[in-house]
Amino acid sequence: MSGYIQLSVLDLVLASGLLLAATLASLLLQLGLARQIVWAAVRMTAQLLLIGLLLKLIFAITAPWLTALVIVAMALLAGYEVRQRQANRLAGWWSYGLGASTMLLVGPLMTVLAVTAFVQPEPWYDPRYAIPMVGMILGNAMTGVSLGLDTLTSAMKRDVAAVEARLLLGGTRWEACRPIVRKAMRSGMMPIINAMMATGVIALPGMMTGQILAGVDPEEAVRYQLLIMFMIAGATSLGVVLAVIGGTWRLTDERHRLRLDRLTEAKAS
Amino acid sequence: MRLSLRDLRAQVVAAPRLDVAAGECVAVMGASGSGKSRLLRAIVDLDPNEGQVGLDGRSRGTFAAPDWRHAVAYVPAESGWWDERVAPHFPDGRLSAAGLAALGLPAAAGQWLVARLSTGERQRLALLRALAREPKVLLLDEPTSGLDGEGTAKVEALLREELERGVSILMVTHDPAQADRLTQRRFRMEKGVLQEEPRHEAAAS
Repeated sequence: MSGYIQLSVLDLVLASGLLLAATLASLLLQLGLARQIVWAAVRMTAQLLLIGLLLKLIFAITAPWLTALVIVAMALLAGYEVRQRQANRLAGWWSYGLGASTMLLVGPLMTVLAVTAFVQPEPWYDPRYAIPMVGMILGNAMTGVSLGLDTLTSAMKRDVAAVEARLLLGGTRWEACRPIVRKAMRSGMMPIINAMMATGVIALPGMMTGQILAGVDPEEAVRYQLLIMFMIAGATSLGVVLAVIGGTWRLTDERHRLRLDRLTEAKAS
Repeated sequence: MRLSLRDLRAQVVAAPRLDVAAGECVAVMGASGSGKSRLLRAIVDLDPNEGQVGLDGRSRGTFAAPDWRHAVAYVPAESGWWDERVAPHFPDGRLSAAGLAALGLPAAAGQWLVARLSTGERQRLALLRALAREPKVLLLDEPTSGLDGEGTAKVEALLREELERGVSILMVTHDPAQADRLTQRRFRMEKGVLQEEPRHEAAAS
């Protein structure tokens, strides 16, 4: 890793001075943001320092059980985030379970595939590779799955009459929900498709930029970025398809009824 | 018996006993909100419900739900449409010319935009859409509420044809005159419980 430049604490302190300017501007212009800016900066600093320490510890231990534990915890958190982003939630255990089980499936699946088939670090469970990858995969799949489920539930509520009309004319639950399922899957896939379109033209991806800053040859960095984008796209499409089908299955029943009673509105927090 | 209910219970409605013979039309009357539509939804198995429902002596549980709804068609008061145009809602996208003519609709109605339909047009097309699947039982919820006298007469004539072919009809209506014209027996829904009304003199004679 030639050309890697270390940052000193002093550099960071000086850089944080820019936030001081933003805070002063907020005070002068009475934006009422001063407290929030300071709090957000303090929180970010604490969170990042902590995760840095934690990752250092995890990398030092490099045990398969620890890597697995971290990945499962991240997937569960992503599942929780999916739930938080729903305006209409599935009732009961499903509100959390559907998102969490989708994340638990696609995150580890794609990560294991990446480190065993493509990147192949030694050992394959080396957290230095597995954990950043699962983070990127889960973060993107989470956005897709949240959008897909949100579109599914709101469209089911809005188009009750159309769905029930199809059921009443002897359609199965899958026939009746097909237009909504398609719409939900499309909206879940949109962000990753747009991201692929924009990558390299409008936006330089963070991981690639990071590798370049760390002294990696840009061509090498591009290869890594492509790999991770393929992984993300794979995880997102699999996750969106599974979650939307699971949601549809739950919102209908074996007698081919639409079961909106299994949907609850999230309370405004 | 074509359609028979025994001890049917769903959320807020109950029908202890109801039989409709082949070719018979039975009216269900009662105040708005008394549960008439919910009863029809329960019969067609669109809402969770308990109890025995049978068609020609065969229990509903032995039908797959889509097959049941092919045989027992429910036409709600407010019809739902999933496509932009009328024709895709019909089997093979084809509307019967005879049916359209019988209800005073032009042959080009299939090309109409659903969003432009009047209440009466929607109502008549929703009925044709259900009849196109040749059900054995029709559950109708206020089938002529959006129609004028002439339109109502046409719908009733079409329903009489269906009755003659042996189709059974259970019809929710607010209009006692319509019940007199089409039915011999009436049920009343009161506070969610369905009870047969004693035959009144005119119908009994």
